[in-house]
This record gives sequence, C-alpha cells and structure tokens, in this order.
Amino acid sequence: MAAKRAERLVNLVIALLGTRQYVSAAKIRATVPGYEPDDGSERADEAFKRMFERDKAELREIGVPLETGRTSAFDTEDGYRIARVDYELPEITLTGEEAAAVGLALRLWQSAQLAGAAQGALMKLRAAGVDVDQSRAIAIQPRLDAGEPAFEPCYSAARDRRVLTFDYRRPDADEASRRRVQPWGVVAWHGRWYLVGHDLDRAASRVFRLSRVTGTPKVSGPAGAFEPPADLDLAAVVAGHEAREEHLVVVRARPGTAIGLRRHAESLGPAEDGRGGFDDRLQVRTTEPWSLADELAAYGPDVLVEAPQRMREAVVERLTRLAAMGESA
Amino acid sequence: MTAPSTAERMTRLLALVPYLQARPDGVRLSDAAGDFGVTEAQLRRDLDLLWVCGLPGHGPGDLIDLAFEGDRVRVTFTAGMVRPLRLSTDEAVALIVALRTLLELPGLAEGEAVSRALAKVSAAAGHPAEAAAPVVVSVDAREHSLALVRDGLERHRALHLHYYVPSRDERTERTVDPMRLLLVDGHWYLEAWCRNVEGTRLFRLDRIDDVTVLDEAAALPPEAHERDLDDGLYQPAAEAPLVRLRLARTARWVADYYPVEEQSEVADPPGGLAVTVRTSDLAWARRLVASLGGAATVDEPAELAAQVAGEARAALARYAD
Repeated sequence: MAAKRAERLVNLVIALLGTRQYVSAAKIRATVPGYEPDDGSERADEAFKRMFERDKAELREIGVPLETGRTSAFDTEDGYRIARVDYELPEITLTGEEAAAVGLALRLWQSAQLAGAAQGALMKLRAAGVDVDQSRAIAIQPRLDAGEPAFEPCYSAARDRRVLTFDYRRPDADEASRRRVQPWGVVAWHGRWYLVGHDLDRAASRVFRLSRVTGTPKVSGPAGAFEPPADLDLAAVVAGHEAREEHLVVVRARPGTAIGLRRHAESLGPAEDGRGGFDDRLQVRTTEPWSLADELAAYGPDVLVEAPQRMREAVVERLTRLAAMGESA
Repeated sequence: MTAPSTAERMTRLLALVPYLQARPDGVRLSDAAGDFGVTEAQLRRDLDLLWVCGLPGHGPGDLIDLAFEGDRVRVTFTAGMVRPLRLSTDEAVALIVALRTLLELPGLAEGEAVSRALAKVSAAAGHPAEAAAPVVVSVDAREHSLALVRDGLERHRALHLHYYVPSRDERTERTVDPMRLLLVDGHWYLEAWCRNVEGTRLFRLDRIDDVTVLDEAAALPPEAHERDLDDGLYQPAAEAPLVRLRLARTARWVADYYPVEEQSEVADPPGGLAVTVRTSDLAWARRLVASLGGAATVDEPAELAAQVAGEARAALARYAD
C-alpha cells in the first residue's frame, strides 16, 4: 500500500476518534492531510469523492466502526465520527498461563483466512498490553487445517448469513446437483469438514461434506438474510447425521488377508470357500457404505461380499471398471 | 476487495501506538518487530510513518511523538490512539474457536487457564463464551492410545507399538523413540524415531493397535529431525519413481491430498486431471488406484495398470462362481 494512503487513513482515524461531533466530508477534506484540496474545480471534487469513498470502505473492512449521522438539525449533510467506546478493545489482562493458552490456540489455524485473523487478534492483544510468548517449543502440535477449498466461502457465508449456492455431488450420484442453502455454520467433526444449513429447495436442514462440494460456492442476496435456530448445536447436528444410518455388511475374507478390514470387523467364524478351503466370515458396520465399497473393492480377490445385495453390486461395479483398465492399456 | 497486505498494514499501524503506550518503559525495536511479525526495517518504516500523523491542525503539539533511545523506542504523545481496535468477527472466531478446541484436547494446555482465557477473551470480544460461532471444531480425543503415548513422551521413554500399515495391509511391531504428538486434519500422529527402519516416521494413532511404555529411556539419534509439516504429511524421496494417473472429476481430491509433482487439466475424462505422483511404494499406488474404483486410470507405469486390472478380474471371477 502506498505510504501516502496509509498516512491519510491513520490521520483520518485519529481525527474522527478525537471528536464527538459528526464531521462533514468538507471539513475532513480541509483538515485531514492528503486529500485533494478544494480549488473550486469539479475535477478536484470528483477526485476527493472517489478517494474518500475508498478510504471509508477500507476502514470499514478492517473493522473501524465508522458512524454516519448529523449532530444537529441544522446540519445540511451527513457527517462522520468514530465512537471511542465502539472502536476500542475493552480492557483485558491475562496471566502468564492464560496468555500461553492463547498463544497455543492461535497456532491451530492453517487456512489463510483464519490464520491471518489469528495473527490480527494476536497483534491487538499485544497492543492491549498482553505479552503472548509464542516461542515456547511444544511437544504437541495441533492443527485444525481447513484444507478444503470450499471452507472459506462457506465459513464467510455462514458468518455473514448470506444465501449460498453450490454444486454438490452425493457419493451415489455421478452428476453434481445445484443446492441453495442458508448456511448455519461449518463444522470439523472427527477430521472432516461439514456445512450445516437449511436447504431452500428441499425446505429442510441438511448436512454437506465440504469435500463433495464441486467448484466455488457463490453467495447471493443481502447479509443477515436469515437467523439460525436459537438452540442450534452444530456439532450435534453433524454427529446425529453421521450416526443416522448404520449399514451391516457381511463379507468373506481369505485367511491372513484384509488385515485393515478385520481391525473394525466382527468375526462370524469360518465358511467353506467351495474349493475345499475356508474363508473367514466377517461382519462390518458402516455409516459410509460408498467408502466401504471402495475399500472392499481394493482388497481384490481376497474379499467377497456376501450381503447385502446392494453392496455386492456396488463392489462388482467398481471391479468391472478396474478390470477394464487393463484392456485399454 | 482490498489486498490483504493493505488491511494487514493498517491493522498494524493502528495497533503500534497503543502497543508502545502499554509499555511505558519502551521496547527494543527488535522485540517489537518480532511481536508484530515483521522485519526491523519494516517496523522502522511504520514508526516513521506514524511520526508524521496526528490530530487535525498538525501543529507540533498535535503529532504522535516517539522517543528513540539507543535500540529502544517509546511513545511520548499518542494523539488519542491509546487502545487497539476491537477484534473483528474473524479474529474473534479464530481465537474463541481455537480456545474451545483446546478445551477438548485434554492435557494440551492447563484446562483451567484455557477456560479463564476463553472467558476473558470472549468478554473483550463482546461475544458470549457460549454463543454459537459460524465454525465449530469437534475433535475425537478419546483415542485410547493417546494417554499412553503422551505418558511416554513426557517421561522420555521408548514405546513398543503394534502398528497397522494400510499401504501394505499388514500389522507390524516396532520399538520407537517418541519425538512429538501432532494433530493434523483431525487425526493424531506420533512423530518418532523408528528403530526398526532407522528413520523418522509418523504414526497415526488410530492405526496403533497396541502400545506399551517401556522402562527404557528414549534415545533419539542426532539424525532424528522433526519434519516441516508445511510441506505436507507425505514427503516422498526425491529419487522415487513417478506414477502418472488420470483422475476423473470425482477423484480430483487426490491432487489435494498427496504431493503431486505435476498436474494438468485433461478432456478425457471430461473435467479430469492428469497428475504425477512420486512414490517408492507401488503397493500404496495400487491400493490407491483400486480404492478409487475406476475413477483413476494409470498412464504409467504399465505394470501398475496390469496389476490393478488383474486383481479386479480375479475378484470378478469369484463373484461369477
């Protein structure tokens, strides 16, 4: 950013913080250095207006509470001021331990938007006199990396309460479908990111996996367009959704194979494999039948699905596609 | 839309004077630069800029005044900039959600201190501690091996692991010297020196089937280095062979999950992506391709495609019986 512009913005903040009256644009132009002086020409007026509009937008974007209004009924136009009580961070003192917790917490973010915000928060806390030491080496390093491309647009839309439109591909569908949603919030649950909201076309609340959102979600309409339910517990909604349908699948695995599958399966004992040998019958519970089908297909001939029929078909479908790969190669 | 650097510098400029005001004895320039995460040269430019700012009128008594003494600086006139700006919504969310997450991770930081910090920060942010945030993080902290691994780490003891290796679908047993615990994308990892392979390895805690804390002290050799996670969890050797895959639209996520050397858009399949992955582990590549159920095809090496297709045909033969 040009130093001139930064200087002008700082001067503008100082000027508006230093007054209880609303200050007119004309007065700002005359007293805050850096604005195009009034030489009576229309060109200079235009240049000032553009510059002032950009400056106001810039200050509002970084969170400066710029108020518009009139001090008395005799004012002919709106003026500007910054109320100190709205501008200033309230008093905050943290003990060494509390400051250490804050320092650790702020290291959790990886996504550009929230990591940048964490840095901003840290800067302000330090400016408020809190000493946050981030140099301490820690043996445990948590990261909440929001590595999903859809995270930032979904989070911003939920924060601003704006309607969000995106393409969503369910695992059982080949084509993505367009969804219009009032986003209530974004949830990390057991390492996966979800969007929870009210689906406008289906007129019901829905949970979406961010990894299944294709393309970039777009916001539309005004901010504050809806109100999430008052007693909303986002994590509980996702937990409830994920726990809803549990599928039971029975497979036969050759002895000594499918070790990963056995780690979360129940043994149902041996079964004849029709060739004089024995397979192990296993029962697997899943809430994500498609990803289980992927896993089962990847075991190749070591695993055969017995039931249900739908799972058999899903695996055979995958195997058929994989088998075709050799032919074209 | 403002460039991030503009907002960043403005946030810093507005915070600098209050920062100095809160430290009446002055601050070493290098410390202040460190606190704001900028170089000393940048900090000097910021201070020079602030020095010519002030109240309207801009007379000698209206300007921000700084006193430089040796390598220290303090503020002698603030022009009314005595407190930092309030936290923005994003800043409050970043702070409050992260503190709430720390509360869910037992033993990570002192729980009482986290609760108190959360209450104070929430009050200062004008955001009730229990109010809904647009982002929520729920971590599975019930991992049964977590407590044992932490214990070994804290007492510097070697650990004996029964560990499941998904790329080879096998159970392994090994003795490791623990280095640190990581939480990445919702999964806990132990970074440790593995005595069996004589190298630093990451072990995902939900793949540890059994762990014993040994009486033996951990002995980290000098070549045990923590890896820089900014380069991703998977860091293949530079000389490992290349695998070329063609991803259908539904499998494009692979390019985000694994370190891809090259990638390019392709028309076949429509919306597809051609990627090159470096791996010394063809068994891993075979499982990856097979688990994608046809959404990825192999361009190279040919033997990988043949293996995957061969396995699939053998499996289909069992279904045909």
